[in-house]
Amino acid sequence: MRPMRKAITLLLLAAGCLLSLAGCHGSRGLDAFAIPEAFDTTREYQITFWAKNDTNKAQTDIYKKAIADFESLYPNITVNLRLYTDYGRIYNDVITNIATGTTPNVCITYPDHIATYLTGINTVVPLEGLFADEKYGLGGSDVRFDGPAREEIIPQFLEECAFQEHYYALPFMRSTEACYINKTYVEKLGYSLPEVLTWDFVWEVSEAAMEQDSQGNYLVNGQQVLIPFIYKSTDNMMIQLLRQQNAGYSTDAGEILIFNDTAAALLYTIAEHAETGAFSTFKISSYPANFLNAGQCIFAVDSTAGATWMGTHAPLLDISAEALVEFETEVRPVPQTDPENPVMISQGPSVCIFNKADPQEVLASWLFTQYLLTNDVQIAYAETEGYVPVTSKAQDSAEYQDYLSRGGEDNQLHYDVKLKASRLLLEHTDHTFVTPVFNGSASLRDAAGQLIENVTKSVRRKETIDDAYLENLFHDVSALYRLDQNRGGAMERADLGKLPRTAVLLLAALGVTWAVIILYVGLETLKTRKTRHNTH
Amino acid sequence: MKKLFALSLALMLTLSLAACGDSDKKSEGVMTHAEYVAAELNSQVTVETYVQAKQSWWENQATLYTQDKEGAYFIYNMPCTEEEYAKLVPGTKIKVTGYKAEWSGEVEIIDVESFEIQSGSYIAEAFDATSLLGTDDLIKHQNEFVSFKGMTVEAADDSGAAFLYNWDGSGEDGSDLYFNVSLNGQTYSFVVESYLCDNTTEVYAAVKNLKVGDVVDMEGFLYWYNGANPHITSITVK
Repeated sequence: MRPMRKAITLLLLAAGCLLSLAGCHGSRGLDAFAIPEAFDTTREYQITFWAKNDTNKAQTDIYKKAIADFESLYPNITVNLRLYTDYGRIYNDVITNIATGTTPNVCITYPDHIATYLTGINTVVPLEGLFADEKYGLGGSDVRFDGPAREEIIPQFLEECAFQEHYYALPFMRSTEACYINKTYVEKLGYSLPEVLTWDFVWEVSEAAMEQDSQGNYLVNGQQVLIPFIYKSTDNMMIQLLRQQNAGYSTDAGEILIFNDTAAALLYTIAEHAETGAFSTFKISSYPANFLNAGQCIFAVDSTAGATWMGTHAPLLDISAEALVEFETEVRPVPQTDPENPVMISQGPSVCIFNKADPQEVLASWLFTQYLLTNDVQIAYAETEGYVPVTSKAQDSAEYQDYLSRGGEDNQLHYDVKLKASRLLLEHTDHTFVTPVFNGSASLRDAAGQLIENVTKSVRRKETIDDAYLENLFHDVSALYRLDQNRGGAMERADLGKLPRTAVLLLAALGVTWAVIILYVGLETLKTRKTRHNTH
Repeated sequence: MKKLFALSLALMLTLSLAACGDSDKKSEGVMTHAEYVAAELNSQVTVETYVQAKQSWWENQATLYTQDKEGAYFIYNMPCTEEEYAKLVPGTKIKVTGYKAEWSGEVEIIDVESFEIQSGSYIAEAFDATSLLGTDDLIKHQNEFVSFKGMTVEAADDSGAAFLYNWDGSGEDGSDLYFNVSLNGQTYSFVVESYLCDNTTEVYAAVKNLKVGDVVDMEGFLYWYNGANPHITSITVK
């Protein structure tokens, strides 16, 4: 069983920790990191690396090889790997460890999560100084490996790591979402698959697939079970729908705009198709891949980093061989509102560095982080799933280009669905976007998905979806994720209202005390001057 | 006087027995297990059941393996405080109202709207489900505390390992443990769920010491994930 379901509870826990962490902001943090003149190679360093994999042994093996190769280049640095299978648990553990001063040195994470880590003082190292360092920076003279220069990091991906006027991470891998399609069933229903899917097309085909015989078997698959359209990450679904319709989500400064008329209209549409059974979600039903592979789903939206689970001949399978159905799998970008101008989310792991009292230890961490961007690591990791490397140095290399050209040669390394997923992002990098990062953006993302989950669940429970329902839903979700509270973001200036009476009295007392002190010192000075004047 | 005393004792005994019997009787508006099984998915259900094991408590939500004398109920992410969670020791009777749902074949109660601790206690004996492996009747015991006896440990992967951290070996100490056991030529995948039994438990250590070919007796909860996926809580090498 893949462990994503556990991640959901962990994310809730982590979100709940936000306020308690914010409560620590008054404590004195570490001094800001200053780049040492030279890396002291006479000393030994132990650094910890918290890494995320997709429950994929090939990925954990690549991390281990990268560490071994790096340690052979820097024998005085030991990298201790701790493996995670979901971002939520990393987020949760980092928050816990910030409070105890035991953060890892290097950590795979999302920019949304880093924004929360920044609630502490000098917790995460800003990287722009390190990027540019002549000796140890990107492509630096004293770096012992062939890493990328700054201009070789794909600009869009690098910019995703910049917020609050600093670069707080390096991109590690990038993915987007894809729609994995049972093309055989689409054509059986009398439709031709367009190059770019529209939402209208997906809804129409999904509804057409709901026709059943007198025994309750769906005509298209002959089975008792069919959910034509399943979305894995409903937060992404809402975010992309809003973006495609130029509707509000949030401002860069963290103002919440998601509870708007467009979102309400989208929820009505989703409710309509959830009611017929044509639409469901991962949280409600299970992994889209399992339904797709069993011939029980036609449009399965999941990350391109989930491509190895998709299709009859997928190298990774979560259902029994007897349940598997033979069909042709096609890969398309997520459904669009305007197919002429496709828009899709950019996602994937980034790497941040936590500050430590010893700048040399931070420098060792930086060297390892930079090593993760070498071609050896980038290409090997990208090939495990439908990821793409984050550097042009890797993307343009002969090795990677050869890999891309061999799609379909086998159902393992060159599995065609996986390579199509990678190509999808490579061809659409300019059409990707990310949402604003601020303290609380991770909660807003969760709230976006919760809207869809709640509406879908309510429809299945035969509740009525109307304006009153949506008004309550917006209110409840806003409260659940504390979106109705001031986030205390660094970029916001909030009106805190009148000072409490006790505070006014205290400040007044302090003012009077200082006035008395100043008056006393002034009188004493005057007296001294007079005395001196008289003695001269 | 003696007669009166004997009569009083008899009356008290009868009343106490009746009281004991009442703890098994369902309260007004509470479903029997058969009614729960018959209830439609996504419908509201109210059950009285007994905690058998606790999987986790996160952010005021508890996941529980529960069972009455008729059958089992898996309760997912039930809102409860940490203090309440501490009281949910095995045997504790609870009344729960939530929604019946199915996720990858696992039937469970989610979105719990209310729960209360009641008087009464029951610990289920493990039901021997060995002979039901591979049959359609096994699912009738979904989520129950069950045992499987005389099964043989098989290699978990091509390397011949007796167990894996995570389903594909991608984990490390502390991750779920997956292992294969066979009976009558059929092989089944069992798991030590790390939230239920973490790496400090006896069963976790015992599975790490398994060798291919060991014959084992096991107990655990008959969880479901695209088929039977028992969450093992004890294992004995014969």
